[in-house]
Amino acid sequence: MNSPPLTFRESFLYGAAGLFLFVGLWTLLSVTGLVPRQFLPSPFEVAGRFFFLLTSPFAGATLPEHLSASFMRYAYGVVLAAAIGIPLGLLMGWFRLLDDIVSPIFDGLRFIAPIAWVPFAALWFGTGIGGPVMIIFAGAFPPCLINAYRGARFVEPRLIEAARMLGTGHVRMILEILLPAAVPSIIAGLRVSAGLGWQSLVGAELIVAAAGVGFMMVQAQGSVQTPTVMAGMVAIGLVGMVIDILLRRGEGWLRRRRGLEA
Amino acid sequence: MIGRRGWIGLATVAALLALWFVLTTLTGQITSARFPSPAEFSASLTQINTRGYAGAVLLSHAWHSLLLVLMGFAVAVGTGVPLGLWMGWNRRVEALVNPVFLIIRPIPPLAWIPLAILWLGLGDAAKIMVIWFAAFVPSVINAFTGVRTIDRPVFEAARMLGTPPWRMVCEVIVPAASPMIFTGLRLSLQASWTTLVAAELVGALVGVGFVLNMAQQDIYPGMILVGMLTVGVLGFITTLALGHAERRALAWNVAATD
Repeated sequence: MNSPPLTFRESFLYGAAGLFLFVGLWTLLSVTGLVPRQFLPSPFEVAGRFFFLLTSPFAGATLPEHLSASFMRYAYGVVLAAAIGIPLGLLMGWFRLLDDIVSPIFDGLRFIAPIAWVPFAALWFGTGIGGPVMIIFAGAFPPCLINAYRGARFVEPRLIEAARMLGTGHVRMILEILLPAAVPSIIAGLRVSAGLGWQSLVGAELIVAAAGVGFMMVQAQGSVQTPTVMAGMVAIGLVGMVIDILLRRGEGWLRRRRGLEA
Repeated sequence: MIGRRGWIGLATVAALLALWFVLTTLTGQITSARFPSPAEFSASLTQINTRGYAGAVLLSHAWHSLLLVLMGFAVAVGTGVPLGLWMGWNRRVEALVNPVFLIIRPIPPLAWIPLAILWLGLGDAAKIMVIWFAAFVPSVINAFTGVRTIDRPVFEAARMLGTPPWRMVCEVIVPAASPMIFTGLRLSLQASWTTLVAAELVGALVGVGFVLNMAQQDIYPGMILVGMLTVGVLGFITTLALGHAERRALAWNVAATD
């Protein structure tokens, strides 16, 4: 608002300059040996390692195999969080008593970082699938619950009054009034959940797991293989980005569909 | 005055505590290998407070973690907010920084932990670096959005009155963007705690996460619970302090303080 918006050409040029500066500085630091190569490999080395890992195993599996192990856990955790969080949020939005009972527990637990559940998760569910899934669940659950709850709580009161006047029961009220009205909020919550879940997955795998990208990175760190660590970061970033793009697509599709319906 | 809601909340917490006691101590449904009984919990708490655990007493573990979070948070906010403000103020800076930002942002902060350990070892510097990365992004984004959402006439009025750049920043931009800046700070603080605990779990020599890590390796549920509650209490205290600072800083803003 200070300066007028840049033209496409200008923003492209500035963007390219920024990227060039970033990559150039990184390459320069690494190639000149200002920072030891062992600790800061050049971008090309990282890219090379990334493609190398696509086919050759490190820490017991290739990168795609590690990724698919990670993704399985991730999918379990997020689906579980949505399957419990969304219905519970809707119920809390409708039954005031349930809200009064669950909210204090939830508010208390909120201050404990999801990652702090790691020791109990490992103790209760082991370090294979169960433990990491629980940590992903702990990260992804709160936004599911909160957004479903808010969505249900802030439904147009007239809709509820009209439905109630027509004698709508609890089940139909939740499924046919609260749920449809809460969908945009729920979807927004799912996107946040997906991001936090992915982040928790990485944390869980760094600490307890015997496979997955996080495990691969810890192994690489142990043997001072910086390019492998950085290739792992790239892979995690890429998958996280794809998940976010897919969810955005889904959100847009849903909006359009609802827009047509309305 | 406690309302109906408060009473139900208190009753719930009391019921949970009673259930905890009954299931672990009276009926033994939950064995102490899975979850500690109240007696075991208090024994662990006494142990860490008097004799210490994982090399120090609870208070010095907690103090160490708190200091690290505050330092990392301060560095992240000190660099992130100005960058966000600058990006909001100057579109050229935004165009320059944005692509780099877009590349780095999808990498979850926790994924920097192995790299930070490689670069800086298991000490405090690695933790501060990771917290910085984690808390930096929300600070930048919210400060940026805060500037972008300022009404145009506010700027024009200030400029028309010949406000010099420095006063423009201090008296127009920062105050107008401050509600958004504080939203960013809250997110940053949360991210700081999550990353610190994770970083200490991965590798540390002192701190709350290290207590959790040791307790996990010793299969010591009582101490795990002590560690988790400490994390919660520390998070609660810092959130409360930030909320207090926000109310004081935004006292002039009727909308933000209700």
